Amino acid sequence: MTSAVLKPGLTPSRVLIYAVLILACLMYLVPLVVMLLTSFKTPEDINSGNLLTLPHVFSTLGWVKAWATVRGYFWNSVAITVPAVLISTAVGALNGYVLSMWRFRGSQLFFGLLLFGCFLPFQAVLLPASFTLGKMGLANTTAGLVVVHVVYGLAFTTLFFRNFYVSVPEALVKAARLDGAGFFTIFGRVLLPMSVPTIMVCVIWQFTQIWNDFLFGVVFASGDAQPITVALNNLVNTTTGVKEYNVDMAAAMIAGLPTLLVYVLAGKYFLRGLTAGAVKG
Amino acid sequence: MATLELRNVNKTYGSGLPDTLKDIQLKIAEGEFLILVGPSGCGKSTLMNCIAGLENISGGAILVDDADISQMSPKDRDIAMVFQSYALYPTMTVRQNIEFGLKIRKVPKAQIDQEVERVAKLLQIEHLLARKPGQLSGGQQQRVAMGRALARRPKIYLFDEPLSNLDAKLRVEMRTEMKLMHQRLKTTTVYVTHDQIEAMTLGDKVAVMKDGIIQQFGTPKEIYSEPANLFVASFIGSPPMNFIPVKPAGGRGRWHVPLATDLGQLSLPLAAGDADLDQRELILGLRPEQLALAAEGDSAVLQARVEVTEPTGPDTLIFVTINGTKVCCRLAPDLAPAVGEMLKLSFDAGKALLFDAKTGERLARESKTPAEGSAGNVAQFRGR
Repeated sequence: MTSAVLKPGLTPSRVLIYAVLILACLMYLVPLVVMLLTSFKTPEDINSGNLLTLPHVFSTLGWVKAWATVRGYFWNSVAITVPAVLISTAVGALNGYVLSMWRFRGSQLFFGLLLFGCFLPFQAVLLPASFTLGKMGLANTTAGLVVVHVVYGLAFTTLFFRNFYVSVPEALVKAARLDGAGFFTIFGRVLLPMSVPTIMVCVIWQFTQIWNDFLFGVVFASGDAQPITVALNNLVNTTTGVKEYNVDMAAAMIAGLPTLLVYVLAGKYFLRGLTAGAVKG
Repeated sequence: MATLELRNVNKTYGSGLPDTLKDIQLKIAEGEFLILVGPSGCGKSTLMNCIAGLENISGGAILVDDADISQMSPKDRDIAMVFQSYALYPTMTVRQNIEFGLKIRKVPKAQIDQEVERVAKLLQIEHLLARKPGQLSGGQQQRVAMGRALARRPKIYLFDEPLSNLDAKLRVEMRTEMKLMHQRLKTTTVYVTHDQIEAMTLGDKVAVMKDGIIQQFGTPKEIYSEPANLFVASFIGSPPMNFIPVKPAGGRGRWHVPLATDLGQLSLPLAAGDADLDQRELILGLRPEQLALAAEGDSAVLQARVEVTEPTGPDTLIFVTINGTKVCCRLAPDLAPAVGEMLKLSFDAGKALLFDAKTGERLARESKTPAEGSAGNVAQFRGR
């Protein structure tokens, strides 16, 4: 087995495989390249050349203008995403802990119902959520969006943590109880330190979902409270004046960079966390 | 150290379901080593969890030093437990694992360090203190798990099949070490196992369990030589006791049973006194070592043909057929005949046990009942 891998040999079939892979890779990368190139061009440059030509003059004007336009909304998104991710992950971990280690009568049913949340389409909860936010006095606020995202995300985070904790031997909790540890001490000192991969999965998943969300943002926030996805849409869809493609592209890049960053920083945990429950006995 | 007493302990997982534990009754003195032994599913681990407080009992009382602890939470019971899977905290070092219980109980730092040092020295794990459990071998993990229990100096130690995850050689080594440690520390210990050799070698007292009922409670010697019923007799001892179906003949005071092979027969007199055995289906229980080669002048001799021999090293096991049942005899290797040969067996009728074929209970011997014979250590058993 290993010797075959060590001596690949450039056979025709292998050349074909690599050619197809490289082609597929290019196809996926082209939009990103076009975006990057366009964002650094001047408007005249964009109108004269085609999509894939290098900029004549390397200009950061588009980025500066885009940042000036979406800056406020960018921080809105941060103010929505960071607390929503942290709260939903923390509560999900606690839920998973209770549902796996402190089962109560009907806890399986409870978990089953909670899982429904994973399959509910966003559109179905818009009206009830809007009604509830209005009653809570959180309509059109950042806090309101945080609440909506936390509630919607709990189904997923609970699922992740519960499935991980089910694979943890119950004897660990029993041992800690005999050692004198209480409910929260066991959670904080014994289980959470083991959960780093699962925490990473939750953070990546929730960050991506919440940062990229458009529907909740456009429905539950207005004006200056809007997240960057909504602002980007408004910017690109303006019909007045000359179309500034470099600014559009730069703004789109700014909107997409944070999720990219999260993947780069925590990505290695993602696969590990997703498979953690499967391999650990 | 402390005494432990269980009074009519019951455990059921809801009405309609069969009881998991039924009227468990036993008492051990300070420093004694109690073994709970039985096949899987007999309730021994449940009983241990109940003592630890990890599960609630449905009735009865658990007394430590004559104080009822059955309503206390596990952390207040001052009991430490070693788990079958060791249950070491994977993210903590060995030192942190041992310290954990002490830190939670807010023991002063200097005293914690002292305890860790004492335990590490006792178990010879000083060089492992900075490692994580994942970097240890099975035997080392086992030691750390014991260290975690020892560090707290609790009233009672519970061991839940602690040696069953080790390989055969290490298991024998650790068994001796556990015995040594118990002799040195004199700790009150409850030890669950399904291994009858561990039960015989480690225990001061053994409780043999089946279907949530204690079949017999006594010293290893009592359990071995005076088993209360067929189950205990067959569970303890390796190779197991021979059970030969017999029908007694004769009369009051002079009962004897016919034993037959295809080479001969023998009427074995019973020490059954004046019990009424007429027409009763009985089972004669004989340990493999209670069958011997007949010497010159022996009266009760039975001829048989050797069917199988199994040399185990120290002994050779010989199998013959008596009354249609395979019977195993344990003989010294240099005396053992070869397959197909004829041999003359003599029986130690005084040690032979009689069981009722229907109820499985052992019939009382002529002179004494098991309760009297065990001098105060009441052999608790119930009909099944």
